[in-house]
Amino acid sequence: MSANAPTADLFRSERMRRRRIVNRLVEGAATVAALLAVALLVIVVSSVVRQGWAAINVDFFTKTPAIYTGFGPRPASGISSAIIGTLIIIGIALVMALPVGVLTAIYLNELAPRKLASVLTLAFDVLNGIPAIVLGIFVFIFVVVGHGQAAWKASFALAILMVPMIARSTQEVLALVPASMREASLALGAAKWRTTLSVVLPQAVGGIVTGATLATARAAGETAPLLFTSALYSDSVSYDPRQPIASIPMFIFTSAEQADPVLHQQAWGAAAVLIGIILVASLIARWFADRSVRRLKGER
Amino acid sequence: MSVAQERAAGPAALQRRGRFRPGDAILYVVTCAAALTGVVLLGLITHEVLTQAWPAMQKFGLGFLTTQAWGDKGNTLFGAKSFIFGTVVTSLGALLLATPISLAIALFLSELAPRWIRSVVAPLVELLAAIPSVVLGLWGILVLGPFITGTLGPAIHGTLGWVPIFSTKPTVGSNMFAAILILTIMIIPIVSSICRELFVSVPGELKDGALALGATRWEVVRGVVFPYARAGIAAALILGLGRALGEAIAVTQVIGNRVAINKSLFDPGDTLASRIAGQYQGADTALQVASLVYLAVILLVFSLIANLAAQLIVRRVAGRHQV
Repeated sequence: MSANAPTADLFRSERMRRRRIVNRLVEGAATVAALLAVALLVIVVSSVVRQGWAAINVDFFTKTPAIYTGFGPRPASGISSAIIGTLIIIGIALVMALPVGVLTAIYLNELAPRKLASVLTLAFDVLNGIPAIVLGIFVFIFVVVGHGQAAWKASFALAILMVPMIARSTQEVLALVPASMREASLALGAAKWRTTLSVVLPQAVGGIVTGATLATARAAGETAPLLFTSALYSDSVSYDPRQPIASIPMFIFTSAEQADPVLHQQAWGAAAVLIGIILVASLIARWFADRSVRRLKGER
Repeated sequence: MSVAQERAAGPAALQRRGRFRPGDAILYVVTCAAALTGVVLLGLITHEVLTQAWPAMQKFGLGFLTTQAWGDKGNTLFGAKSFIFGTVVTSLGALLLATPISLAIALFLSELAPRWIRSVVAPLVELLAAIPSVVLGLWGILVLGPFITGTLGPAIHGTLGWVPIFSTKPTVGSNMFAAILILTIMIIPIVSSICRELFVSVPGELKDGALALGATRWEVVRGVVFPYARAGIAAALILGLGRALGEAIAVTQVIGNRVAINKSLFDPGDTLASRIAGQYQGADTALQVASLVYLAVILLVFSLIANLAAQLIVRRVAGRHQV
């Protein structure tokens, strides 16, 4: 830094000119990079929407995938079984992951000694980094081998993915709840558990909803944990979580590998539906997050 | 203890003097059990995966890592060499492309963009991370693949064909180059959003000081922002690398699934995660399943190393900032 003496500017030297040009170049490159990222998003999303649009109609949501034998007119085909399957798998995963995630956050933020909390948080961070395909293989070995695939086993694999995310976002809002509220409750003679459940937790509900929604949105798009646990390409609607169930990601994955252009179009349609679900969930989550953070900060 | 002393000790001390409350004990036990799931699952995953891979580990030993085979010699010979090669090449390639782009995006959003642009662009970049990998893979097969064989590939091969990594013409859309591009798209939002937060957290006085000395904006970034955020940037890059290493679906859709080591990126290959995903229907013999899980063990080791390294860096940095 010492080389950049302020006098350089006063003299408008050659060196200053060069420094300005370098600065300009870097600023331009940074702007271009940001534009590139936005352009990538637009390119991917627009090709999904453009191609998916043609596949989407009422039949697409109400009919099951039709098996086409190659003779006669194609029967109307849709992904209703996959949509229902995804909702079931995700629903069960949320039921498994939400209590564990929230209770974990309560322990780490409100009760645990600091050293222990930091070790346990590290474990969750590392768990969060394990590739989804390895989680799928783990669940496959743990409960599928010898027993067969089932929707709840896919939910189990997705739940392992969701717990660290829910715990992390719950922890973040719990940390925002003012200490004065806890102290006031304790000073009134309320027990620690009463304070935690009736005073602290209600303040954090918005953040918990946000975390749970984001985790659900992310899990809804995951394919790797489903491959070995509920890989079904089904032409009938099933509601039984003890059996393997069709899902939107698996439908996209299997259809994309076929050579049939009609199936490709259906895969685009399914991708559009999946992205739609995820976008709506993310927007809801963002809205809840903004609201609850504003409320918590406002009360300070 | 006088009342004044008690008040000074705070509510925690009051609490300790109180009677035993069963509700507190229940809350403590239940939440503690939940918090232990992370450790328990880590242990369980490691144990199960090692147990299941054991037959293959016993049969092939460490030679598995240096054997290039999958189901050769009548489905009795398996090895991970070509998959390790594919994993390293695709994830390092993606990291190489994503690093400058992500840093530039982070700089744009933290230093250059006016507030309203920032509030539009930052969520959009994060939305890129929300696109499911299977959808990116679909896009990779049907849009990116034909674009590489038709336009991008011939152009690069035509001008840079003398470089070994571009030495062949892309004949099919499924190749390592497509996998690198898809992985780049996947890790850009991760690295850039972490880096943006890092850059925003650089103390304003430091930047103002450099500006007051006459530094240009770029000189402030190079001399103040980058050195301040160095460790954090490293952690962000390692996290991005970990993500690229472990991505199975999108890669298996576009890489071509070939047991081969090719020096040209326009040839097909395969990665550890992608090979596992590709075998979901076809694992017939016990040895093949064990070998598949052996691949998962290698992948687990890779990702554990990457994640622990990133977390330790993050922790050290966070500790330093608290002081």
